[in-house]
Amino acid sequence: MFPALRLAALGLAGACAWLLAAAPAHAFTAFVTNERDNTVSVVDLDAMKTVATIPVGQRPRGIVLSKDGKQAYVCASDDDTIQVIDLASRKVVGSLPSGPDPETFALDRVNDILFVSNENDNMVTMIDVAKDTRLGEIPTGVEPEGMAISPDGKTIVNTSETTNMAHFIDFATRKVVANVLVDPRPRVAMFKHDGSELWVTSELAGTVSVIDPVKHVVKRKIQFQVQGLRADVVQAVGLRFTPDDKLAFVALGPSNRVAVVDATTYEVKKYLLVGQRVWQMAFTPDHKYLLTTNGLSNDISVIDVADLDVVKSIQVGRLPWGVVVAKQ
Amino acid sequence: MSATVIAGPVAEAAPLRRFGIGDYLTCLRGIMWREALRFVHQRERFVSALVRPLVWLFIFAAGFRQILGVSIIPPYDTYVLYEVYVTPGLIAMIQLFNGMQSSLSMVYDREMGNMRMLLVSPFPRWFLLISKLLASTAVSVLQAYAYMFVAYLWGVVAPGWGYVAVLPALILCGFMLGALGMLLSSAIKQLENFAGVMNFVIFPMFFASAALYPLWLVQQSSPLIYRICTLNPFTYAVELIRFALYSEVNWLALAVVAGCTVVFTSAAVIAYDPARGLMVRRGGGPA
Repeated sequence: MFPALRLAALGLAGACAWLLAAAPAHAFTAFVTNERDNTVSVVDLDAMKTVATIPVGQRPRGIVLSKDGKQAYVCASDDDTIQVIDLASRKVVGSLPSGPDPETFALDRVNDILFVSNENDNMVTMIDVAKDTRLGEIPTGVEPEGMAISPDGKTIVNTSETTNMAHFIDFATRKVVANVLVDPRPRVAMFKHDGSELWVTSELAGTVSVIDPVKHVVKRKIQFQVQGLRADVVQAVGLRFTPDDKLAFVALGPSNRVAVVDATTYEVKKYLLVGQRVWQMAFTPDHKYLLTTNGLSNDISVIDVADLDVVKSIQVGRLPWGVVVAKQ
Repeated sequence: MSATVIAGPVAEAAPLRRFGIGDYLTCLRGIMWREALRFVHQRERFVSALVRPLVWLFIFAAGFRQILGVSIIPPYDTYVLYEVYVTPGLIAMIQLFNGMQSSLSMVYDREMGNMRMLLVSPFPRWFLLISKLLASTAVSVLQAYAYMFVAYLWGVVAPGWGYVAVLPALILCGFMLGALGMLLSSAIKQLENFAGVMNFVIFPMFFASAALYPLWLVQQSSPLIYRICTLNPFTYAVELIRFALYSEVNWLALAVVAGCTVVFTSAAVIAYDPARGLMVRRGGGPA
């Protein structure tokens, strides 16, 4: 009798565990900027569909979550401002002084300072978010683009599209301390979580430059080759590392692929088919999924990070550019 | 050789004894065993059944990798490579060829006199024919799984349960295409005429379907061909398999395939009926 009872209890426990595992731990919501529609799409990641659309300023591109995760900052490039969206009410509740044509930015979560690349101004603007004031500007290369902050917060990196450089800025002195030449039209820069490397994607060359952030030299270049595609459509743009820094995901633009790279050996493990002209990416907070914005097919694709498989593509607005995921 | 001559005494002898389920099962087992033996002994048939779709997968699909990726259609949740899209069509192609090959074997049996063995059986003709269809379906299902295994190794992977969910679809589609082959075999007098089946049945059915291109793409290039595709039962066999591989049911496809199975099987039974069928009408004397 007892073994039978124990078996039944085990079975029940197993079923409960399965149910718990099957149920989503958190509800996540993605916010996607639609460059052509002047909107932000709100995507429920449990239902895997777009549930609301927030009207914002003209040409929204870069998007980042606030320090407390309750707001999102959106670069409204053609309105020369950064808009603040309250995620609960899904409304624009304010703006920040960004300087002209803000395209993308990075948030220093320790000091709550936004570093904004002003594409037409060849400047990086620093904004104190809490005080809603502009702290100053740092001149960089022509057409500033990607922004990255080192994990220790001491170094800011800006890439410039036309100068083809990664500019290392010392946070304390706010001066450029090193310029590293990379391949044409650098887009996104990102530090590994341990700060050991800085990776910079180059759109025109379709490569990733791996930079030693201490010596300021390119120590490795990663190239991509998608079977059956011309080399010129393989354009590296978005970039993300898994929290353990073992894998990197590189969005390859018009090749409609995301490359999965072993971040230790620099070997490309797999190419994942997503929508057309894949641009930026964002993990869900639990890092189970990676979302990609697909500009020309007007959707986002959802990648299962453990399985390295694309599980869903979800329609959003026209020309989706940036994406963030919040707990909601 | 005229089937009428063979069938005459059978029709009279059949009512003499009532058979139990065990007898029917023995008969079914005998027919399936014969088909299995034929399958095992004709290894080249198995290999060719596998090579044909694999050539399509490895060579044809490779050249068309970029054809898709502009629209997501059910049952797919995201963008798929062409080789993923074409796989259900190639599985259905295996079953189509198998169904026709089975009909070829019926013609061969009739020419060689082996069919006499089958037709002198005291069991009802419909039961013999359905047993033969079941046997041929079983072979086609085996071939389809062998293909799916190789496709899996090639990187064309369906969701795990899809490999189980596709089984009923494969059985139904295999049965429908086998019944169609059987119906055709009743109208083919000689083995040599089988080439006509290739040209007038297999190729048009395969090409004018959703096997190679999604129907929305066909519609864009030619509304007429799109109309033909929607009238082609093979299209629905492909779609039934495609949805089943993703553990979904395409109800329209299921209805069409089930309906066609009933129609083709009934027509084949009638065609092989010595009293009413085509064989009577054709068979005044030796072929």
